[in-house]
Amino acid sequence: MNMDLLIWLIPLPPLLAFAAIVLFTNRSKALSHSLAIGAAGLSWLASMVVFFTAVGREELAKHPLGVDLKVNWLPLGDGAFKIGVQVDPLSAVILFFVAWTVLMIFVYSVGYHNFGQPAGDHDKPGLPPHGATVKVKGHGHQVPSVEPMYSRFFAMISLFAFGMFLLVVTDNLLTLYMAWEIMGLCSYLLIGFWYAKPSARDAAVKAFLTTRVGDMFMLLGMAALYKMTGTLNYQEILANPTVLEMLASQAAPVLGLSWAGLIGILIFMGTVGKSAQFPLHVWLPDAMEGPTPVSAMIHAATMVSAGVYLSIRFFPLISAGWDGGGALTPAMMTLAVVGAVTALFAATIAVAQNDIKRVLAYSTISQLGYMIAALGVGAYVAAAFHLVTHAFFKALLFLGSGSVIHGMEHGVLHTHQHIDPQDMQHMGGLRKKMPVTFWTFLAGGLALSGFPLVTAGFWSKDEILSGAFNGGHVWVFVILALAALLTAFYTARQITLTFLGQARSEAAEHASESRAVMTAPLVVLAFFAITAGWVGIPKAFPGLGGLVPNWFEEFVGEMLLVHGEAAHHSLVPLITSLVVALGGLALGWWVYRDVRAGQKDPLQKPLGPVYTLLQNKYYFDELYGATVVRFSRWVSEVFTDRWLDRGVIDGILHGIAAAGLWLGGVLRNGFDLPVINRFLGDTVVAGGTRKLGAETSKIQTGRLQQYMLMGLAVVLAASAIIYFFFVMA
Amino acid sequence: MIPISWFLIFSAALFCIGLFGVLARKNTIGMLMGVELMLNAVNINLLAFWAYRYAGQMNGLVFVAIVFAAAAAEAAVGLALIISVYRRRTTVMADELNLMKG
Repeated sequence: MNMDLLIWLIPLPPLLAFAAIVLFTNRSKALSHSLAIGAAGLSWLASMVVFFTAVGREELAKHPLGVDLKVNWLPLGDGAFKIGVQVDPLSAVILFFVAWTVLMIFVYSVGYHNFGQPAGDHDKPGLPPHGATVKVKGHGHQVPSVEPMYSRFFAMISLFAFGMFLLVVTDNLLTLYMAWEIMGLCSYLLIGFWYAKPSARDAAVKAFLTTRVGDMFMLLGMAALYKMTGTLNYQEILANPTVLEMLASQAAPVLGLSWAGLIGILIFMGTVGKSAQFPLHVWLPDAMEGPTPVSAMIHAATMVSAGVYLSIRFFPLISAGWDGGGALTPAMMTLAVVGAVTALFAATIAVAQNDIKRVLAYSTISQLGYMIAALGVGAYVAAAFHLVTHAFFKALLFLGSGSVIHGMEHGVLHTHQHIDPQDMQHMGGLRKKMPVTFWTFLAGGLALSGFPLVTAGFWSKDEILSGAFNGGHVWVFVILALAALLTAFYTARQITLTFLGQARSEAAEHASESRAVMTAPLVVLAFFAITAGWVGIPKAFPGLGGLVPNWFEEFVGEMLLVHGEAAHHSLVPLITSLVVALGGLALGWWVYRDVRAGQKDPLQKPLGPVYTLLQNKYYFDELYGATVVRFSRWVSEVFTDRWLDRGVIDGILHGIAAAGLWLGGVLRNGFDLPVINRFLGDTVVAGGTRKLGAETSKIQTGRLQQYMLMGLAVVLAASAIIYFFFVMA
Repeated sequence: MIPISWFLIFSAALFCIGLFGVLARKNTIGMLMGVELMLNAVNINLLAFWAYRYAGQMNGLVFVAIVFAAAAAEAAVGLALIISVYRRRTTVMADELNLMKG
């Protein structure tokens, strides 16, 4: 099969599935999910074929797959804007994890939305299912009920998968931007999937508007890039040293930056919005209002990764003018600062959250910050590596948390206890009730905290730390090491509170393991969460280095035009990452090992007001509410509405109206009353017209469509007259 | 090459569907959709003639872009009117909106 065509076809099946579900099969739940999963499976198959072909290709970075087949998309003054596809080493590895996670999450969703269960007693579209009563041997029994908008969910995630695949295989920034916005739309729709909940509605709007801020800057960057280079194709800009040099040497009119720096920072703003980096991070935790598969797919594995992918993709531009050592470019500095701040800041918040999904949301923000910081200090391969491993283990953790919530909901239905099934304070002891979920969650959690040697997260995180240390950016290294310590701590806290110890509520005692359709994807993802790291073991690693070739570094490192200085592997980052991972895990377990039901968080006392500050997420929502939101309200309500609209514009109109009234009064008293009314009015004209009016008002039925029908009749009649008398004659 | 008549027949069909929608739907939102269909039928006509007769020039595309802009504006105004009508009358059925009755 023609490889170029195959790459074009990767995004297509989910789009077709979306259309088919929306138009035809939305009444049949089984048909809808079969279509969606079948389409995801086809895309997965095509992606794997493309991935393994790409892996076997020599010099893939110089000659990406798929570049020969382009179409003219938008005719311009001279020539046309071409769009096409390309798969180079970077897109290939992204394609690999996207295809796997998407397929697994699709399968998982079938179980998550209770396919096969009875319809709920009082379930309404727009609200999560509340459970159904089933009669077993004469007495009623509460069981989970199927999601009322099941087909709608699969249609939306299919559309999302289309956007994600398109974003990965495209060869230019414009198509990427479109896919980016498609995903933004799906994110909005899926966060607000249970739209009858006000919190979900608000979260959807918040996510959409916050990312829009970043997208606006990204659009500016894109326009500037097109203006300067006349193209948006990756190969023509990012693999072309002359263009990069031109951009790096010409000064932009803003802040003394070069054009490369300015465009790099503007495009990075898109990442800040999409990947929820500081200061636009506020939307991601709220986005957890959506169903858990959505959190796993969009808000952990794929869409937020797409933001980082964009920055990695434009790394040659961001680092244009950097020689591989020495001072960072202003754009890289921005990335390093934003990434490092985000990594630490989000990790501190995660420590004080009790909602199982919110902990993971802040953890995602923090890990994305890790990648951005790695990119900022020039550790290109490490950033891409962590992106891949993180996608696997974070998708796993989210799906695992979904399974935990499911199990807890089961317990809640069974015991009729009124507790929040997502609150970790009510869990505990779930390892015996949900063994598969426990072991896979443990694998994901250990990978997240960077448990040495066996997990994927260790290798990628270690590489980021050593990249920061060996590049001489000690401050980035220290911040990231602290963040890693906190990561291990809150992960241990989460696992301990959820799975270990004794059950802290009746519901937790009656929790039960989820169905195989939910646990099977967990096992697959756990496999990758462990093994995905083994393809990137550094050569210089003491003992193990060189046993397995560092395939990832060779494959993706080929993308770079300028290589960083050869890493002289120092033991400092290695020892640091061992200490923070093991220390954090041990500390987290020790602090939370026997929390009793109803007991406060053991950290609350020693941390005091700091704990309150963390629990309230540094009051960022309140800050934005008091500044940005209030300012926007002031502009719309006071400035635009009260002053501009009702004051200035209405004022002028009222003035004109007053003048008109005066003129009218003069005319009425001087002309109308004496001449028209008395002379013509009551006698000749009015009487006749009134009669005529009374007759013709019968066709004035007030119905719009009858008017239109009459209009149509007149047009047809007129056409007939014109045709017969003028054209024929 | 597809003969131009196919496009014209298609656009005529689309126009008629839209016209039928405008005339027959009771829901004003449905009528608005009908109007959009009619506009798009016109667009297809324009594009077809442009592609077959004046493909070298930009005029046809620009013309269509302007029609799109007008259509978008029309949809915005129309929906705003419908929402405002709904707030006052709590219905959007065309046959219940008979304030214009003579």
